[in-house]
Amino acid sequence: MVSFIALIAGIIFGFGIIGSGMVNPALVLAFLDVTGDWDATLLWVMGGAVTVGTIAFMLARKRERSYLGLPMQIPGMAKIDSRLLLGSLLFGIGWGIAGICPGPALVLAGTDNSDALVFLVAMLLGMGIYQIMQDRG
Amino acid sequence: MSITSDLIPWHALTGGFVIGIAVTLLLFFEGRIAGISGIVGGLYRLKKGDISWRVAFISGLIVSAVIWRLFFDMPPIQIETNHMMLALAGLLVGYGTRLGSGCTSGHGVCGLSRRSPRSIAATVVFMLTGFAAVYLLRHVLV
Repeated sequence: MVSFIALIAGIIFGFGIIGSGMVNPALVLAFLDVTGDWDATLLWVMGGAVTVGTIAFMLARKRERSYLGLPMQIPGMAKIDSRLLLGSLLFGIGWGIAGICPGPALVLAGTDNSDALVFLVAMLLGMGIYQIMQDRG
Repeated sequence: MSITSDLIPWHALTGGFVIGIAVTLLLFFEGRIAGISGIVGGLYRLKKGDISWRVAFISGLIVSAVIWRLFFDMPPIQIETNHMMLALAGLLVGYGTRLGSGCTSGHGVCGLSRRSPRSIAATVVFMLTGFAAVYLLRHVLV
């Protein structure tokens, strides 16, 4: 049941990415092109998702366990550190180069676009490099 | 009756709501944040009982495009970035999201939804560097 719900959540998340148009890297780049022909579409996607998310997290705050009896694993309010900022900085550069972030990268793997696979393989490699450096301390 | 407006891109807003519903499902049933880079990254160090939900969620994302095409037309997908730059971007996104503990979904959607100061900081940073990268690539280095 746990995996089944996760599968459904993944499919619905993917539908949101596709239906909103965010699956198209050109649309994301047009949003990031603030000094050019700026396209605000992505702001509406974020606004819609955060509106629903805000209600969900407000209701979830009172719970100790999920409907399936699992512990609620919501991150605490840790401090802002250099890892967070440097990591986000590097992510932003990559996002600005390709217009693809991890969600759309996976959704694109289910389409017939082969260019997106180059990005996905490199992304998985980048995560692996992080893990190796992390394990070596 | 069809609702059309030049001011509000309804498909984008609706898509956002749908993403929010997926976040809600994962939160209420699994007790988990829908942070995609974290869900993928968790598979690099396997922990018993913590694998199948990750694989299932990722599979859902991948098959969503296949299912979508059975019922609707796929929106345009335009990638004009060359393979070398795509590979560089992928490396930066993979490494950066793991180091920074999140991406557009974990920090952007979930983090902003729960008003986490860390996620707000992360989102501001990746938005700004995203703007900067596009500015440099489109308006300076051309």
